[in-house]
Amino acid sequence: MTAAGSYFKIGPARLFVHLAVLLIVIVWLIPTLGIFVSALRDKDQIVVSGWWTSFVGSTQTVAVRLGTPDQQKQEGAIYVISGNVLEGQGGRAVKAFGNRVQQPAAFKAGETADLGDGETLQINSDGSYRYMKGTAFSPDERPRRIYVSVSAPPEFTVQNYHTVLTGEGIGQSFINSLTVTIPATIIPILIAAFAAYALSWMEFPGRALLIALVVGLIVVPLQMSLIPLLRLYNEIGTMLGQPSKTYPGIWLAHTAFGMPLAIFLLRAYIAGLPREIIESARVDGASDFEIFTRIVLPLSFPALASFAIFQFLWVWNDLLVAMVFLGTDKDHLVLTGSLNALLGSRGGNWEILTASAFVTIVVPLLVFFGLQRYLVRGLLAGSVKGG
Amino acid sequence: MLLQIVSALGVVVGAVIVCSAYFFFSNMILDLALPVRDGDIRQASRNLNRRAMIRPWLFLGPALFLLVVYLVYPVVATFVLSFYDRAGLQFVGLANYKWAIGDREFRQSIFNNILWLAVVPAACTFFGLVIAVMTDRIWWGNIAKSIVFMPMAISFVGASVIWKFIYEYRGGNDVQIGLLNAIVQLFGGTPEVWISVPFWNNFFLMVILIWIQTGFAMVILSAALRGIPEETIEAAVIDGANGWQIFWRIMVPQVWGTIAVVWTTITILVLKVFDIVLTMTNGQWQTMVLANLMFNWLFRGGGDSGRSAVIAIIIMLAVTPIMVWNVRRANRELKGH
Repeated sequence: MTAAGSYFKIGPARLFVHLAVLLIVIVWLIPTLGIFVSALRDKDQIVVSGWWTSFVGSTQTVAVRLGTPDQQKQEGAIYVISGNVLEGQGGRAVKAFGNRVQQPAAFKAGETADLGDGETLQINSDGSYRYMKGTAFSPDERPRRIYVSVSAPPEFTVQNYHTVLTGEGIGQSFINSLTVTIPATIIPILIAAFAAYALSWMEFPGRALLIALVVGLIVVPLQMSLIPLLRLYNEIGTMLGQPSKTYPGIWLAHTAFGMPLAIFLLRAYIAGLPREIIESARVDGASDFEIFTRIVLPLSFPALASFAIFQFLWVWNDLLVAMVFLGTDKDHLVLTGSLNALLGSRGGNWEILTASAFVTIVVPLLVFFGLQRYLVRGLLAGSVKGG
Repeated sequence: MLLQIVSALGVVVGAVIVCSAYFFFSNMILDLALPVRDGDIRQASRNLNRRAMIRPWLFLGPALFLLVVYLVYPVVATFVLSFYDRAGLQFVGLANYKWAIGDREFRQSIFNNILWLAVVPAACTFFGLVIAVMTDRIWWGNIAKSIVFMPMAISFVGASVIWKFIYEYRGGNDVQIGLLNAIVQLFGGTPEVWISVPFWNNFFLMVILIWIQTGFAMVILSAALRGIPEETIEAAVIDGANGWQIFWRIMVPQVWGTIAVVWTTITILVLKVFDIVLTMTNGQWQTMVLANLMFNWLFRGGGDSGRSAVIAIIIMLAVTPIMVWNVRRANRELKGH
């Protein structure tokens, strides 16, 4: 236990820390939880009750018809129609019932209700009912309509996922996102690693200037690049007779925008590799290409991995670059783009929105939790050093 | 569907192979073109020298090409375009800048951007620091950290959907399905359409970015806090400092440099914030920020490259001091090696 730790160990202060952190964790978790839970709910239930009530089940009022007069049985002096209003609906229970729509819960389950005209009705919580009358039910009487408030247990479904994956273009966008993301993650690492090696271990004029350039470019806002690049892409597209919005186009854009940070992070790591290894390889006659591929690349794996995760998350989650360089037509729309489009077109359909949102965040979350350690390492390499 | 997956895979593999092939073959060709054989020693050593001169540029080539084409050239081109008309053909001098100063929406965006810059980096850094200090002291701190860090993995669009659901409003006597309105109602308040309340809606949007970015600040500050020597804190405890004093007088000053780094990083991010505003309000109800205004002018009515270029230049000007500071810091570090 550290010194500061032992300080906080003292009674109330320590309890306060635990409670405060618990509160923070809850606040941070709840928004995402809302999406996860809602995406698994029935779409009719999403709109009538908050998602936080879905764990305790819900109550809904339904109209049912009692049995027809031909089912009646005579029991002593009274005539009875019996049956079950919850026929075929296991797990539910009747809370209350009523015979008028204005008062659908006038009587509690198990009570005997006086419906007038000498008729009484009793509905038990398991749904079984007895509909009684002093005289015989006349055969041309219509089956009586009553209202029952039924409590349903928590109920979850994967129907929403099925809907969005097959019907809303999310499935297609998922593939598009992967097509954009995988090369846009691997290519920049390769290019940046070569550049970082050159900037760390090769002597040539202008090296310091190039490093300064890279550092300066880290903060250049993406927005600067949009207009000139759009023009450039259009010109090249026209020249080659190709559409200007293509996958290679967006790969290069993502590669370039990730490049300054990639070179910066990887250079810091590669420059820190032990000098002896590289120099002894050089003495043994290895060329720079061999040193890089056989020694530096394997040794740099942790740095490469951490940047890879970064770039992956960044590209997967990007909206702006994809909108500008890949366009918004259905065949090319990436996940963030189609989610944004759904917000516009299906703004109130929370079953669609929540399930789609989950689909877009599930891959980055898996990557994140699977490789969190590398991600943190990458963050620290870039930001704390010399801070 | 299957065909799509297969063709996507093919394209992906092809792209990666092409990229690797460049490095492999360019180096091979260099070695073949300038052979180093045992025969002629002078020739061999001259070729070795030439190789050493050329090879760095083979290694750097693609990176430099991308940096210049995608970042350096656009900065210059955008600057030039900002003096031209909407189609980028006719020189109009400062007309676009004059327009910007006079435009109500532009001033609104600047105001909102300043608001974002004042609130988000400060809030993220503050919460990040506080959470880092607290989670370092408890046994389940790492789990708590993971949870706070988790939104980093979620896209801004995804996060917007998540929070839009929290802010969801139902009119009349309907049951509220948005958490915020449900809570407000629970305490007897009146539900509101939060994202269309002018001025305050900006803060409701900022909450999203704070929710995403606090984890980032926390991770980095947590590492910096671990770097504080035990003895200093121990000494303070012995001298009778309380938790509050330890935090403000010992911890904060020692991680000041890191706080600055975190603050700047988030500041840059805030200047580029686009997705959240686009998906939540699209700039309606007075929530427009520069990045979205620029995007709007880029495509609005066929696009106005002059006006959008001006807005891009303004964003660039805002980050320039940070850029200079970054380069200086890096230079100092390099010389220190």
